[in-house]
Amino acid sequence: MVSAVFHSSLDTRSAEAKAPRVSVAAARAPIVPAAEAAPHHPRYDWRGLALKVVPPLLGIALLIAIWGVLTRTSTTFPTPGATFTEAVKVFSDPFYRNGPNDQGIGWNILFSLYRVAIGFGLAAAVGIPLGFLIGRFEVIKHMTAPLISLLRPVSPLAWLPIGLLVFKAANPAAIWTIFICSIWPMIINTAVGVQRVPVDYLNVARVLNLSEWKVITRILFPAVLPYMLTGVRLSVGTAWLVIVAAEMLTGGVGIGFWVWDEWNNLNVKHILIAILVIGVVGLVLEWTLIAIAKRFSYDDA
Amino acid sequence: MSSFIEVQDVEMVFSTRKGRFHALREIDLKVERGEFVTLIGHSGCGKSTLLNLIAGLTRPTSGVLICDEREIASPGPERAVVFQNHSLLPWLTCFENVHLAVERVFAANEDREQLRERTQAALELVNMGHAAAKRPHEISGGMKQRVGIARALAMEPKVLLLDEPFGALDALTRARLQDELLKIVARSGSTTVMVTHDVDEAVLLSDRIVMMTNGPAATIGEILRVDLARPRDRVGLVEDSHYTHFRKAVLDFLYTRHGHVESAAA
Repeated sequence: MVSAVFHSSLDTRSAEAKAPRVSVAAARAPIVPAAEAAPHHPRYDWRGLALKVVPPLLGIALLIAIWGVLTRTSTTFPTPGATFTEAVKVFSDPFYRNGPNDQGIGWNILFSLYRVAIGFGLAAAVGIPLGFLIGRFEVIKHMTAPLISLLRPVSPLAWLPIGLLVFKAANPAAIWTIFICSIWPMIINTAVGVQRVPVDYLNVARVLNLSEWKVITRILFPAVLPYMLTGVRLSVGTAWLVIVAAEMLTGGVGIGFWVWDEWNNLNVKHILIAILVIGVVGLVLEWTLIAIAKRFSYDDA
Repeated sequence: MSSFIEVQDVEMVFSTRKGRFHALREIDLKVERGEFVTLIGHSGCGKSTLLNLIAGLTRPTSGVLICDEREIASPGPERAVVFQNHSLLPWLTCFENVHLAVERVFAANEDREQLRERTQAALELVNMGHAAAKRPHEISGGMKQRVGIARALAMEPKVLLLDEPFGALDALTRARLQDELLKIVARSGSTTVMVTHDVDEAVLLSDRIVMMTNGPAATIGEILRVDLARPRDRVGLVEDSHYTHFRKAVLDFLYTRHGHVESAAA
């Protein structure tokens, strides 16, 4: 009975939470490069810079303005000003500990990232080799194709009870959920990458009569790497989406749990701060992986 | 004494999704040691297919291919291929691309320094020593093709197979690379089979020109022996009556007797 109520309220909450999270993150994100770019390029084309900086700032300002107007008379929803004051307070002491259920936002983020790292790392360790096998061997491809297409669209939270059943603990169950949800993009992209290795490169390998090891290290791996990194990027994005939802259900320390805890405390300002933080962390993960992918991509010309 | 490369009654049928495609039939060809042979024909006549068969990249549906008294069962470094689109690995530098081949062939008998010297020497041979540290996307199409040739030559192959190596290049670059190829082949004395669709290129380079009929089920229509003295000079040959005679013979075969009919290939 309790769990039924819990689930239904979670579903509506998470649907509501998602929409503002995305828009806030997208709108706020350009603040960082814009603020940095201005002093770095004193002799920059000012018009171009203005075009890059002004519209994002306008977008953010517009959002905050609408928020402010809508909450002017509200008693339940905090105003932008109040949220900002609260955020300064939250971030002034991010690493305090007052018992297991009251820890600083820094700890919550780190715990979430730790779960993501473990679940995602395991998914990469299994998914990438599996992708190679699927791409290289037709039989394995046909064996796994129906399973993958069947299991991939399953909602992340549907996997959580299985994890709880098998591991009998919340933390491994959350990690398991991350694992199973972030493995698919890596399997699929790696397999596609292996299948798209140009025949010419493989012909070169055949003419040179390279050993299987050399074929893998010198031809297959570099050729597949850009595809693989795309898979990794998608996976990390998924993992970060899933962790918030999973932590809401499993509890413990983590940003998702923090959101849920503050909902129970009816501390809406903290929920808004959490949404912003989740967006920023997700964005940083995405940028990091794009930077890595750029480093390893090659111009095929 | 048999020939160096022998193609005996080879037939090639591809089974594609749309059904069986009869590419080649009744191919008989002998290539002597040190000979330069070009395969010429309209597109779709299976000349690249024949080259791939000699390379061992594909196996014939029926018939036998022999190289140096052994049946060709798989590709190998003794039959080096220069691919149409150069096929350099984009994540390796020019040096590493050539070194990969050198390593494969000579690592068993030579130390590191010798392998490096061989690689550098192969790049110098095609005048690409200066670009050893560059990656393929940093150099022009002609340069890439030269590195591709260097990679093939560095293996000291018994047979050099070239699949329209200069097809994608501009006319001036192509002429220069043809001249370089002539010199290199004259020096190394390697047996060479080259696919081309350029009549001038065929006459300038070849000892014999193998002219192929139109596909499907293409075969060798005629073989022309080009007994022009070597070394050949492209400028001098323009007014040479023998040269124009050979040129006309090939053009006559390609356009008068086997004019490309689109419907025949479709």
